Amino acid sequence: MSDDAYLALLHGRRVRRLRTLGVSIALAVVAFAAFCWSIAVGDFPIPVLDVPGVLLGQGSPKDDFIVNELRLPRAVVALLVGAAFGISGAIFQALTRNPLASPDIIGITAGASATAVFGFIVLDLGGTSIALAAVLGGLTTSMLIYALAWRRGMSAYRLVLVGIGIAAMAMALTSYLLSRAELYEAREANLWLTGSLNGRGWEQAGPLLVAMAVLIPIAIALIPKLRTLQLSEDTARGLGVRVNLSRSGLILVAAALASVATATAGPVAFVAFVAGPIARRLVNGPLAVLPAALVGAALVLASDVVGRRLFEPTEIPVGIITALVGAPYLILLLARANRVGRGG
Amino acid sequence: MSADLPRGLVRSRRTRVLALALTFAVLLLVALASIAIGARAISPGTVLDAFTHYDRTLDEHLIVRTLRVPRTLVGLLVGLALGMAGTLFQGVTRNPLADPGILGVNAGASLAVVMAIYLLGVGSLLGYVWFGFLGAAVASVAVYLLGALGRGGATPIKLALAGSAVAAFLSALSSAILVIDAATLNQYRFWAVGSVAGRDGTIAAQVAPFVVVGAVLALVTGRMLNTLALGDDVAQGLGQRVGLIRVYSGLVAVLLVGAAVAAAGPISFLGLVVPHLARMIAGTDYRWILAFAALIGPILLLGCDVLGRIAARPGEIQVGIVVAVIGGPFFIALVRRRRLVEL
Repeated sequence: MSDDAYLALLHGRRVRRLRTLGVSIALAVVAFAAFCWSIAVGDFPIPVLDVPGVLLGQGSPKDDFIVNELRLPRAVVALLVGAAFGISGAIFQALTRNPLASPDIIGITAGASATAVFGFIVLDLGGTSIALAAVLGGLTTSMLIYALAWRRGMSAYRLVLVGIGIAAMAMALTSYLLSRAELYEAREANLWLTGSLNGRGWEQAGPLLVAMAVLIPIAIALIPKLRTLQLSEDTARGLGVRVNLSRSGLILVAAALASVATATAGPVAFVAFVAGPIARRLVNGPLAVLPAALVGAALVLASDVVGRRLFEPTEIPVGIITALVGAPYLILLLARANRVGRGG
Repeated sequence: MSADLPRGLVRSRRTRVLALALTFAVLLLVALASIAIGARAISPGTVLDAFTHYDRTLDEHLIVRTLRVPRTLVGLLVGLALGMAGTLFQGVTRNPLADPGILGVNAGASLAVVMAIYLLGVGSLLGYVWFGFLGAAVASVAVYLLGALGRGGATPIKLALAGSAVAAFLSALSSAILVIDAATLNQYRFWAVGSVAGRDGTIAAQVAPFVVVGAVLALVTGRMLNTLALGDDVAQGLGQRVGLIRVYSGLVAVLLVGAAVAAAGPISFLGLVVPHLARMIAGTDYRWILAFAALIGPILLLGCDVLGRIAARPGEIQVGIVVAVIGGPFFIALVRRRRLVEL
C-alpha cells in the first residue's frame, strides 16, 4: 500500500471515529433531556431545568421526595431497559448481518415472556421470582434457537427462521395460559406482555442496575470481536479470532440483556429492532453498539412520557407507543430493502 | 422443477387412487374418534344409536348430536380449508414455508375481530366470521404486495419476513386495544387460542358454503399450480397468464383461510404441515397434492383436537395449541433440512 493510500485510510478512520463520538455525545444529550423530561412530568410538574439540580440534592424536601423517591426509579428503569434492548438488538443484527434478527423477532423476548407468564399464572410466583423466570426463559430460548439453527455452520437466515418458529410456539403457549387464567390475572399478564413501566420503583431499578453493571462491560469488551466477525467468518478466523467461542459469548450477552430488560418491563416492542438501524444510519457505519444503547434509552424514555401524557389520566403502556412507531419503520425498511434488491 | 424434489411414495395412477381411498378411511376413523372420545367416553355402538335410534332423553345421545357432531363437522371444515389453503399459498408463492400464521393472515383476522369486539360490540362467534374474512384478506394482500416488491418477486424469504413484519404491526395494534379494554380481552382470549370447542351447528352451516365453494375452486387450480411450479418464465412461455393465476389462487386461499379463522380462531402451522405430508405421498402433481391435502388437513386437525381432549382430561387443551406444539418442531425441522429450495 502506498503511503498516500495509507494516510487516506487513516484519515477516513479518524473522520468516522470523530463522527461516532459526535453522534454519541449528541445522543447522550438527547437521552439525558428525555430522562429529565420523564422526571419533570406528572401530577406535580417540576420545571425540566430544575430536575438536574434536584437530582444533585439541591431541591426543596418536597421536590427531592417526588424526584428521587417517586420518579427517578421509573426513569432509571426506562433508561436501562432501553439501553439493554438497544445493545442486544445491535449485537444480534451485527452478528447475523441482518436487521431482522433482533431479539424481539427471533423469539427471545417471546420465550422470556412465555416463562414469565407461566410463572405468574401457573406457579403463582411474584415480583423477583417472575423476573428470574423471565431471564432463565430468555436465555434457554436463545440457546435453543442457536442450537437448532446450527447445521454445519451458522446461517443468518436459518437463525431468523428458526427463531420465528420458536416465537410462534412460545406465543401459542402464552395465549393458552391467558385463556386458562382468571380475568384479573390475564389482564395483568397482558399489560406486562405489552411492555409497561407502570409502578416501577427502586425494587425493580436496583437489580436491573446491578445486572447492567455486569453485562454492559462484558458487551463492550466483546465489541472488537464483533467488529471482526462482521467482516466474514473466514476473515475473522484468519485474524485469529476463535469464531464459535466469540459468537457464543456475544449471543449469550445479548440474550441476557434482552432477557433482563424483558424481566423488568416486559417485551417492550420494537426497541431492540429499531435502535440498531437508527444508530447505524446516524454514525454512518456498519457497527454502532453504544449509540444504539443511547437511541434505545431515548426512545423508551420519550415513549413513556408520551404514553403518560397522551390520554391523561389514563396511562398508555410504553410498549404500545414504541410498537406504533417501530412497526411502520420495520415495514418501511423491508419495502426499501426489497425495492433495491437486498431483501433476500 | 428441481430434480431433488421427492417423487412421492405412490407413483402410478391406480396406487394413488388406492392411497386416496385409504386416507379417506383414516379420516372416517378419526372423525368417529372425535365423536366418541371426550370428557365422557361414549361407545361406538351408542354413537351409532344416536343416529339410528335418536332418543333425546338420553344424555349420551344428546352429547353426540348437539356437541360432538357439530364440533367434528367444524373440525372437518376447518382442517380441509387450512390444508387446501396452505397448499395454495405454498404453490402460489413457490414457498415451502408459506402458512397463514407466518404470512400474517391470522394476525390480520385477529385484529379485525378485536376491533369488531371493541368498537362494534360484536359478541358472538357468528359475528366474528365476517370480520375474520375482512382482516385475513386485507393482511394477505398487504403481505404479498410488500414481499413481491423489487427484483425476483415474492421469494420465500422475502414473503416470510414481510409476513412477520406485518403480523408484528397488526398484533401491536391488537394488544393496544386489549390493554385498554378488559372486556374485549376477556372475549378475545378464548377465541385467540384457536379452538373448535363449543361450536354448534349454526357455525358449521354458516362456514360450510365458503369452504365448499373454496374447495371446489381450489381443486381447479391444480393444473395452474403445476405450470407455476415450472417457474414464471416457462409458465409464461407455455401461454399461461402468471399474474392472473396468482391472483385467482390467492383469492381462493384467502376465502378458505378466512372461513377457517372465522370458525376456529387463528391456527398456525396446520397449513404449513399438510402440504408437505401430501407432497410426500403424492409427489409433485398439484392436482393430487390438493386432493390429499383436503383429506390430511381434517385428519390432523381432528386428531390434534382428540389429542387435546385426552391429554388434559377432564378439561381439554385447545386444538390450536396442540397443532402449534406439534407443528412448530416440524417447521424448524423443515428450515434445518433443506437449503430452502423454492418449490
